[in-house]
Amino acid sequence: MAFAESLICRECSRTYELGPLYYCEHCFGPLEVAYDTEAVSANVSREKIAAGPPTLWRYADLLPVEPTTATDLGAGFTPLVRADRLAAELGLGELWLKNDSLNPTNSFKDRPVTVAVAKALEFGLKTVACASTGNLANSVAAHAARAGLTSFVFVPHDIEPSKIVATAALGTVVRVDGSYDDVNRLCAQLNEEYSWGIVNVNLRPYYAEGSKTLAFETAEQLGWELPDHVVIPVASGALLTKIAKGFRELVDVGLVEPGRTVRVSGAQAEGCSPVATAFAEGTDEVRPQRPDTIAKSLAIGDPADGFYSLREVRDSGGAVAAVTDTEIVEAMRTLARTEGILTEPAGGVTVASLAKLAREGRMNRSERVVAYITGHGLKTPEVFDPGSLEVIPATIGGFQSVYETKE
Amino acid sequence: MPATVRIPTSLRSLTDGSAVVEVQPGKLDELLGDLATRYPELGERLLEDGRPRRFVNIFVAEDDIRFLDGVDTPVGEGQVVTILPAVAGG
Repeated sequence: MAFAESLICRECSRTYELGPLYYCEHCFGPLEVAYDTEAVSANVSREKIAAGPPTLWRYADLLPVEPTTATDLGAGFTPLVRADRLAAELGLGELWLKNDSLNPTNSFKDRPVTVAVAKALEFGLKTVACASTGNLANSVAAHAARAGLTSFVFVPHDIEPSKIVATAALGTVVRVDGSYDDVNRLCAQLNEEYSWGIVNVNLRPYYAEGSKTLAFETAEQLGWELPDHVVIPVASGALLTKIAKGFRELVDVGLVEPGRTVRVSGAQAEGCSPVATAFAEGTDEVRPQRPDTIAKSLAIGDPADGFYSLREVRDSGGAVAAVTDTEIVEAMRTLARTEGILTEPAGGVTVASLAKLAREGRMNRSERVVAYITGHGLKTPEVFDPGSLEVIPATIGGFQSVYETKE
Repeated sequence: MPATVRIPTSLRSLTDGSAVVEVQPGKLDELLGDLATRYPELGERLLEDGRPRRFVNIFVAEDDIRFLDGVDTPVGEGQVVTILPAVAGG
C-alpha cells in the first residue's frame, strides 16, 4: 500500500493534502511527497522486494501511489552491467552502467510516468499531458494509451524527427514553435485553464518520485550496497535530486546500512550547461541559458531543480561536468564500441562527463562508480551516419575482396 | 492604455477573484510595487525584499525577464506580464 501522507513545501515546510498540486501557494517553492517513514520501515524488507515483480513496482512501499497494473508497461528493473572495457579506456576502476534505455519506451522516463499516470487515475483525471524534449512525450503517450486516457504531449518543433514519429502513433503530439522552456511555460499556463494531469507540472511531485527507483535498483543490484560515486545527466535536475534522495531513503527505512555517503556528480552538454556553469562559478544562482546542443533531450535552459541539484552535488562532494558536442558523439561511439550499448546523445553526455571527471581527478580508481544511461540510441539514428556501406557479392571471394581479416 | 498582469489561479483569492489585473505601464519593479501596494498579501507571496522570490518566474510578452533586463524590464502599454511557478518541467 502507499504510505504517502501529504505534500510538503521544500522551502517553507507548509503541508498540503495530496492532490494535483506542485507549488506552495505561499512561497512558490516546490512541493514534495511526505511519507509515514515509520510505517514504510515496518512494512518494507529486502525479501518482500525480492518477491515483487521485475519492475519498479517491487518498490511500491516507497512510492506515492497504490500499485496498479493499469499503467504498467513493465518500467524499471533494467540491467546494471559491469563495464570493465569502458573503465579501462577511461582510466577508471570499478565502473557500472545502469542501462535504462531498456525501458518499455526506451528511456528512464517510463519510471516517473508510470507513477504519474497511476496518480492521474487515482485523482480521476481523464487527460494527461506533458512538456517534453521527446522521451517524456513518448512515455506519456504510451502509458496514457495503456491506461485508457487521452494524451496531449507538447514538444519543441525541432526535436529529433524519430522521436515524434514513434510518439504520433500513440497519442496527440503538439509541436510548438519555441524552445523546451517555451513549451514548459505554455504547459504551466495550460495548467491554469485545463483540468488535466500534466505529469511534469501539476503531477510533478508524484512523477519525480518514480525516478528514485533508479537508486533503489542500483543498491539492490549491487547486493544492497550503495555505490561510492554516481554520474547522472542533468536536464531539469529532477533525476539527479531524486536518485540522491532514493539513496538516503534506503538508509532511512533500514534497507541498506548507514555510514556511506554517495558522491553525486552531474553531466551536462556545454551547449546547455546552466548547472555546470553555476557549479564552476561557485554560485547557487542558476542563470537560464538558450540551449544549443546535439543533446536535445537535455536541452532545458531553465532547470526547475537546478538549485537543488547543485546542493546535492556540493553536499556530497561531487562535481558537474560540461562536455562539447564533439565529445558527446565520440563518447557515444566509445560506449558502443566497448560495451555494446547504443545510446542517444544524453548517454554520450554522461560517458563524456565520466571521462572528463576522471581526467580532472574528481573520481578515483578505488571508487565504485555507477553511470546512468538514460535513453536509447535508436531514438536518434541521425547522429550516426553509416555512410555508404559497400555491397558485396554473395560469395566468399566477394567478402575477401573487401575484408582482408582472417581472424 | 494600461498593461496587464496575469495572476496564477491559486492566488486569485488575493485579487478579489481577478485573473487579470490592470497596471500602469512602466518598469517592471514599479509595476510589481504597485501591485503589492494594492494587494499586500499578493505582494508578500511574490516578492522578498522587493525582488521576485527564487521560485517565481516572470514573463513580459512571453519572454523570461532573466533574458531581458530583470526587474528593470520596461513593460509597455497593452503588454502582458505573466507570473508562473518556476518548478515545472523536466
